[in-house]
Amino acid sequence: MIEFIALNMAPIMFASLVIFLLLGYPVAFSLAANGLVFFAIGVWLAPYSDNTITLDWPLLFTMPQRLWGVMSNETLLAIPFFTFMGIVLERSGMAEDLLDTVGQLFGPIRGGLAYAVILVGALLAATTGVVAASVIAMGLISLPIMLRYGYDRRVASGVIAASGTLAQIIPPSLVLIVLADQLGRSVGDMYKGAMLPGLVLTGFYMAYVFFVSMLRPQWVPALPLEARTLGHGVTSLLVAVAAAMGIGYGAHVALFATYGANADVLGATLGIGAIYGYALIDGALGIGLLSRLASQVIRVLIPPLALIFLVLGTIFLGIATPTEGGAMGAVGALVLAAMKGRFSMAVVTQALESTTRLSAFVMFILIGARVFSLSFYGVNGHIWVEHLLTGLPGGQTGFLIFVSLLVFLLAFFLDFFELAFIIVPLLIAPAEALGIDLIWFGVILGVNMQTSFMHPPFGFALFYLRSVAPKSSYTDKVTGIRTAGVTTGQIYYGAIPFVIIQVVMIGVVIGFPQLVMHYKGVVVDPSTVQIVVPQMQTLGAPAGTEGGGLQTLGAPKLGAPTLGRQH
Amino acid sequence: MQAFLALSRAIDRLSEVIGKSVMWLILVAILVSAGNAIIRKVFNMSSNAWLELQWYLFGAAFLLAAAQTLRQNEHIRIDILYGLRSRRTQHWIDLFGHVFFLLPFVVLMTWMLVPYAYAAYRIGQISTNSGGLIIWPARALLAAGFALLVVQALSEIIKKIAVMRGLIADPHPFVSAHEAAELEGAALAAAVAGLADKEPSK
Repeated sequence: MIEFIALNMAPIMFASLVIFLLLGYPVAFSLAANGLVFFAIGVWLAPYSDNTITLDWPLLFTMPQRLWGVMSNETLLAIPFFTFMGIVLERSGMAEDLLDTVGQLFGPIRGGLAYAVILVGALLAATTGVVAASVIAMGLISLPIMLRYGYDRRVASGVIAASGTLAQIIPPSLVLIVLADQLGRSVGDMYKGAMLPGLVLTGFYMAYVFFVSMLRPQWVPALPLEARTLGHGVTSLLVAVAAAMGIGYGAHVALFATYGANADVLGATLGIGAIYGYALIDGALGIGLLSRLASQVIRVLIPPLALIFLVLGTIFLGIATPTEGGAMGAVGALVLAAMKGRFSMAVVTQALESTTRLSAFVMFILIGARVFSLSFYGVNGHIWVEHLLTGLPGGQTGFLIFVSLLVFLLAFFLDFFELAFIIVPLLIAPAEALGIDLIWFGVILGVNMQTSFMHPPFGFALFYLRSVAPKSSYTDKVTGIRTAGVTTGQIYYGAIPFVIIQVVMIGVVIGFPQLVMHYKGVVVDPSTVQIVVPQMQTLGAPAGTEGGGLQTLGAPKLGAPTLGRQH
Repeated sequence: MQAFLALSRAIDRLSEVIGKSVMWLILVAILVSAGNAIIRKVFNMSSNAWLELQWYLFGAAFLLAAAQTLRQNEHIRIDILYGLRSRRTQHWIDLFGHVFFLLPFVVLMTWMLVPYAYAAYRIGQISTNSGGLIIWPARALLAAGFALLVVQALSEIIKKIAVMRGLIADPHPFVSAHEAAELEGAALAAAVAGLADKEPSK
């Protein structure tokens, strides 16, 4: 009997972890306690285990060193930085301004408000990365307008919940940082890998709205004339954009001699800066050369775009590490809040308080997971999991589908921090044994975890939307018409098409690894990192780059995913 | 019991004061990191001390705030079954967890970390990165964080017993994660609406 238990310690330990966690005591300490209990049992049973248990008391004294490793982890430093940035931005009113303005820009076309929500969702995702903030802003600003002009309630709430969750997959999301850390890959690569799938997903959402507008035009009506408060003036906007591009190109040509490849970035900065400066002057002096719409769009859109460049641009260009990008983004968010007159001590204190709380519970889950893994690896748990998962039928694809299903189900009651710290480390060995590129794997996991945010009835995005959507009928402020509220059933119904889109997207990422693998297609030469411009990353993406490995000079992991076994 | 409750209040106060002061270290870390990135780019100079300082600061923040997070009952739980139980049963689960999950773990870690930090102090260990910082203060932070968790765990046990005996009011009535999400949403909505109301006066 003792031998039987000793030989099956790994499954027993895993099953009891499930019980420990379901008890409902804080996850961080349940994990640690489970690790310690099984450490003791493991040491006791080691002599009966036929050498499958490799635990002894001196090993426990490596714990301080492991905690030191958690503390000195520079990757995870990005978590508080991006969290702080997100909370400051959510208090800055940026989302509200964006929704108002982009809504006006797209309002006149059928489904326009829905497109605006999706676009702003993607923009916010690239700055804040906080699902709650995006969903709540959209629920407050866009939902009432959509209801006022007769949008179908299910379509409206589905679009809002789904667009909010884009924050999970579009860089700089926290999920991607944590996944990169746990998978032992660079955050920068994870960001590059996730960027294209994030944009494709955004495209899918828009395609859905387009189909709705074709098949059921009455569900997504255009804004009536009286609701277009900013008036016309798209021509003026186009002229302004053309002028900005002209200035940018001119600057590029003029600067190319002295600054070389940096001229691209400098030129673009100058062009955009010039048009932004002009829009401010035009507004202040009342020159009126720009239409109100154009001026408003320029003034509202450029600061967030600049912030996105400050964070993602510098990371992708190799100027800053993701951690530094987060820090600069945090400073940028404070500046942006100040520009909007929303900077106050209360905002900073509140943001710091939430950031510290989140950091403490996340880092302690990681610490608990470290204690758990010390014992679990000691009882050969990783080998048990690897056997279990590599034995699945269907090879790579079978494994990926199984893991997707597993994560999808677990995400009903675990949040992504717990999934990433407990489950993901166990999946690395089988994934590598099957030759799966870990960045690709990470992006697949990311899309899965994103889906869990909008899946009825547990998805958190739906709860955030519920908290701001009118529950019962109310009198509309503008039209004075009695308007029915949004039922919880409608919110759930609305999410379903988007959950289906998500499942399709997971299939697309699994079926077309090139979507992610282009992260390798960048010329890596430390002395010339600055010459890499963003266009090259996407253009360098085709499938043909996989086998050759000719452009990944510095990277050890060459070639197609099937070669992953080498490392 | 009154003496224990007084002790618990003192511990809570200590955790709160420490937890609320260390949050500023995150702001310092942000400024150091952003400053370091800009200086490195503009003046082409960099130092490991500045890089290490960032995680020293963050480490201090999350380690020393863990006790305050525990006090606020903000360490996340899986409440899918927990939420279905009576409040009485939840109290028993919490008490069981405090005594058998939390306390042994933090006591053990403190017992290991204090000598670990002291060893680094005695030999004046310095980071192996060139220009790196001296190591013992960071290790002392680890030890201090866990020591603070030990006393906070004691305070939580005292409070839990007092709540179960009806001596004090329940400081953290159960709110499920989803209810918390709705509350957070409502609070944020109110904050944003507050901002919108102020707009015209500007």
